[in-house]
Amino acid sequence: MEERKNAAIELRNITKTFGKVVANKNISLCVNRGEILSILGENGSGKTTLMNMISGIYFPDSGQILINGKEVVISSPKDAFDYKIGMIHQHFKLVDVFSAAENIVLGFQEQEGFSIRRSAERIRSISEQYGFHLDPMKKVYEMSVSEKQMVEIIKVLYRGADILILDEPTAVLTPQETRNLFDILRRMREDGKAIVIITHKLHEVLSLSDRVAVLRKGEYIGTVETAKTNESELTEMMVGKKISLNIERSLPKEPKDRLAVKHVSYKDRNGVQVLKDVSFTARSGEILGIAGIAGSGQRELLEAIAGLLELQEGEILYYAPEDGKESNLRDKTPLQIRNLGVRLSFVPEDRLGMGLVGNMDITDNMMLRSYRSGKSVFVKRRPPKELAEHVIRQLDVVTPGTATPVRRLSGGNVQKVLVGREIASSPTVLMAAYPARGLDINSSYLIYNLLNQQKQAGVAVIFVGEDLDVLLELCDRIMVLSSGRVTGMVDGRTAAKEQIGILMTKTDGGKTHEQ
Amino acid sequence: MIASFIQRAVVQGIPLLFGSTGEIITEKSGNLNLGIPGIMYVGGISGVIGAFLYEQSLPDVSAINPVLAVLIPLLASMLGSLFMGLIYSLLTVTLRANQNVTGLALTTFGTGFGNFFGGSLIKLVKSDMPSISLTATSNCFRKTLPFANDFGGIGQVLFSYSFLAYTAIVLALITSYVLNRTRVGLHLRAVGENPATADAAGIDVNRYKYAATCIGSVIAGLGGLYYVMDYACGVWSNNGFGDRGWLAIALVIFAVWRPNVSILGSILFGGLFIVYNYIPNLGMSDQELFKMLPYVVTIIVLIIISIRESRETQPPAHLGVSYFREER
Amino acid sequence: MSSRKKHEPKFHIAKRDALAWWQSWLIRIAAVLAALIVCALVTVVLTGENPVQVYLKMFDGAFGTKRRIWSLAQNTAMLLCVSLAVTPAFKMRFWNIGAEGQVLMGGLATAACMILFGESLSGPALYLVMIVTSCLAGAVWAVIPAFFKANWKTNETLFTLMMNYIAIQLVSYYTYIWSVPKGSGQIGVINRATKSGWLPSLGGHDYLLNILIVAALTVFMFIYLRSSKQGYEIAVVGESENTARYVGIDVKKVIIRTLILSGAICGIAGLLLVSGTDHTITRDTAAGRGFTAIMVSWLAKFNPLYMILTSFLLVFFQKGAIEISTTFGLNDSFSDILTGIIIFFIIGSEFFINYTIKVHNAKKGEK
Repeated sequence: MEERKNAAIELRNITKTFGKVVANKNISLCVNRGEILSILGENGSGKTTLMNMISGIYFPDSGQILINGKEVVISSPKDAFDYKIGMIHQHFKLVDVFSAAENIVLGFQEQEGFSIRRSAERIRSISEQYGFHLDPMKKVYEMSVSEKQMVEIIKVLYRGADILILDEPTAVLTPQETRNLFDILRRMREDGKAIVIITHKLHEVLSLSDRVAVLRKGEYIGTVETAKTNESELTEMMVGKKISLNIERSLPKEPKDRLAVKHVSYKDRNGVQVLKDVSFTARSGEILGIAGIAGSGQRELLEAIAGLLELQEGEILYYAPEDGKESNLRDKTPLQIRNLGVRLSFVPEDRLGMGLVGNMDITDNMMLRSYRSGKSVFVKRRPPKELAEHVIRQLDVVTPGTATPVRRLSGGNVQKVLVGREIASSPTVLMAAYPARGLDINSSYLIYNLLNQQKQAGVAVIFVGEDLDVLLELCDRIMVLSSGRVTGMVDGRTAAKEQIGILMTKTDGGKTHEQ
Repeated sequence: MIASFIQRAVVQGIPLLFGSTGEIITEKSGNLNLGIPGIMYVGGISGVIGAFLYEQSLPDVSAINPVLAVLIPLLASMLGSLFMGLIYSLLTVTLRANQNVTGLALTTFGTGFGNFFGGSLIKLVKSDMPSISLTATSNCFRKTLPFANDFGGIGQVLFSYSFLAYTAIVLALITSYVLNRTRVGLHLRAVGENPATADAAGIDVNRYKYAATCIGSVIAGLGGLYYVMDYACGVWSNNGFGDRGWLAIALVIFAVWRPNVSILGSILFGGLFIVYNYIPNLGMSDQELFKMLPYVVTIIVLIIISIRESRETQPPAHLGVSYFREER
Repeated sequence: MSSRKKHEPKFHIAKRDALAWWQSWLIRIAAVLAALIVCALVTVVLTGENPVQVYLKMFDGAFGTKRRIWSLAQNTAMLLCVSLAVTPAFKMRFWNIGAEGQVLMGGLATAACMILFGESLSGPALYLVMIVTSCLAGAVWAVIPAFFKANWKTNETLFTLMMNYIAIQLVSYYTYIWSVPKGSGQIGVINRATKSGWLPSLGGHDYLLNILIVAALTVFMFIYLRSSKQGYEIAVVGESENTARYVGIDVKKVIIRTLILSGAICGIAGLLLVSGTDHTITRDTAAGRGFTAIMVSWLAKFNPLYMILTSFLLVFFQKGAIEISTTFGLNDSFSDILTGIIIFFIIGSEFFINYTIKVHNAKKGEK
């Protein structure tokens, strides 16, 4: 009966849409036993959505999933587990105060009675079999990220999974940890398990997997055997041919240094080095693009400039446009920065969690930046209301009125409110993180045009983006970040897409290449 | 003297121990039930109502059946507290109401319920008794081990209590065991620490919250029952139970959410509660200062655990927060 | 294993979009009506009277005589005052359930001034000292937990709760120290003869000044929360600390400042209770208002103007139920039972305002 002897999972014509957005379009692929398959694609190419359908988090709109040649319906994570599918998510689902063993057995109804000691024994034997170095009694809050990941993997193995899906497993690991993980995965492959890893790091794909399936913008591009391909072919499959977007781009007018970031390093609370020796200069009248895989330190970099993070090293210098006076913004609070006369606007990635207050109406959100003005103890609602009306009119915000809580607006309109407010304070530096994420085409172009207008008005614009086509058409210069380091600074007019793609995946000069 | 002090401290501590064991179970599921004081009142008065009706039904109180005399109030008390636990769960878990507001309303309701029936029971059943005094029932509850007095001071400290007192200690030990050594306990702790993770692991979060809250309420209610039947010798007096419910909540913090620690904690709190009686030449006013000791100690513990940030002694991470899956 | 049927839940619960104001009020009114029916049932079961009779009695208890109306207004004002105090903290998502203690500390400070300076200070000076010390005492009691919350995230619900009982014991301590006659454990009416430190009666009405002060506080709080820069900061911190930091609000400072305000108003409530109402202090001076106020504020969605309504509603039920109890010879704790039932219904009804139960549709995309 079985069509393919070895196929552990086969997907046929899977399609999934969220509202109007097609996340996966007619995707067919298969994974064999004793094989590691990489799913390669840029952010937003639909990799995670596809895997979430196998692990029971989403349900496909159409298409079939076959396991061991039989068609199955997976409608919940429990179903997936019953088919021995285990997914290791990018965001760990662990209870911090529990030990590794407690987390691993959580929710699992074993036949025998409950005994952490016996479970710990089993965990030790699994660890030995595959080469994990993990103390089952160690508490999760004492663990490094890679140990937490091991817990997640063992959790899946403990339940007897033989199909493992790992979502960006190396995003948070050091090169040594990555090497260790790969060794473990290879051992699992030898053990006959089917392994899928979602990634956008080319060198990992090449060093680890047997085959590579490439997705681009929700579509399936093709599967190639790793042995018969190379980096440039994969890059081209992943990023595609350059598409012309017709974004107007003028030449910068008398660019002057406005913001100089020098040797900035930042470690987060868990001790992870998020930014390493980052230096660059943003100039007036130009758009500086920042490219990089999600989580390469973009967010922290912008938050550091905005005065929201405590840096361990480096300085952030601002040169006033009037007289060129230099001031250091490091270790200053947002209010202190403002009081220095620095007009810094920031459109953060988390619009409703940081940039706006979801439960407040548009007028009150407009006021966030300006409510302090004047000596009165009272807020003045007239100017922000006028501003709200102005933004609604100028940017075509679809809303019943200025008194509507922004939480009720659609994503595009929320962003227009935020960008409109940030531009209204006539900034000298404008930082925008993924300002077009989740927006439809028209709204996206509206945002790009606004950034362009700001540039022409002499503002130093810093634009963090994920779509390389947009970056290449919009920005004058593009800086590439990879794992918190600057791996390159290219000219937006002349750079090639593949060039940026390679810079984005470059890690420590390729040290993770092995063997 | 020391033996009698310890013995009295234990008697004072037992209602607190019931309350804190119940509240620990509840809080481990992430529900901060500030209705515990009300629940303990209801547990007490329900037992009183049960005993009262039973005594009234007898032609002669001296013919009381000791088994029924214990069972009827016990069941009545548990039913009353269970009902309170269900109200709390329904409002906070199913209807996702704010836990603090619900808990405080429950305390208002429960205290009112206790005082109302305590004050009006006689009139409601048109009895001719002057006041509620359930001496016969109380005597059944107060039966102690026959050999308690054979061992002198040690016997007094160890064996002089009624069965409910030992029940409190055993329940605390069982709770401690269940929380730390069983699958159910593991799941319960996961629900209070991180309901989203528990949910993803296939644990029915709402069911655990309901069960923990209801079981916790029933156990806490027994504290009220112990207080009237044992400590107060079967005499209900309005507001007699006082602030012991809040003290039980304080004890939860003091014991850093560990039922076995709260056994010792309850004796300590009981001791702090009555220590003024044992200090010579203490004025009436100074006694009042001594009575604030348990609360001061609790605040100090609360401050220390928050400053030390030791992960082992923190409240359950999602204490007081309703869980709603779509907000993941 | 494959024979296992795929089952989807028949319905699921989702957050709903805003209801029109009249729809949400319709739900609340329905909840109150349902609560009244349940209350009536309970009352009928216990008293055997017909429910209409019972509600008429309640009405009589609240509005029956001029004195009752004044007492109703005074009690509403006092409850409202404490509710106003806790509201800014709640708006900031700081669970100050220590109002009981803060009120008592304010009252204690007032009583201390009346007892210690009743003879030595002139009227205006005495009032001034009373106001300053009562505000200060309430503020100190509130700012201690706030300080630990702001710096170490110490759980404020439990902290403020414990502070209540320390305040109660402190009051007990001083009632012994100042008791008249010595050792009786009761202070009795302070300055009965001189009325020194008593709030004056206006136009022959003892409580009018209290009511006017609370009315002024209500307007103040309404404007403060709605239109002042500080009120705006409170709202931003309460909604999202991240956003607050993003726009440069000093979150710690706002927490401490707000709790000073909250505690100071509680102190004023203590002053009004001691100097304007009871002219004495006992451990029961706050009479549970610190806790009831939390419900008043919550039910009114932290809007000071709605709080007039909710505090009135609760006080009305209290007064009415007390009347029922006296008429039928029952215990006056009956009012607490009715209050509890009504609050259960109203907080339960919020669910139907915020969430909607969707019958499951087989083919519909997530989100």
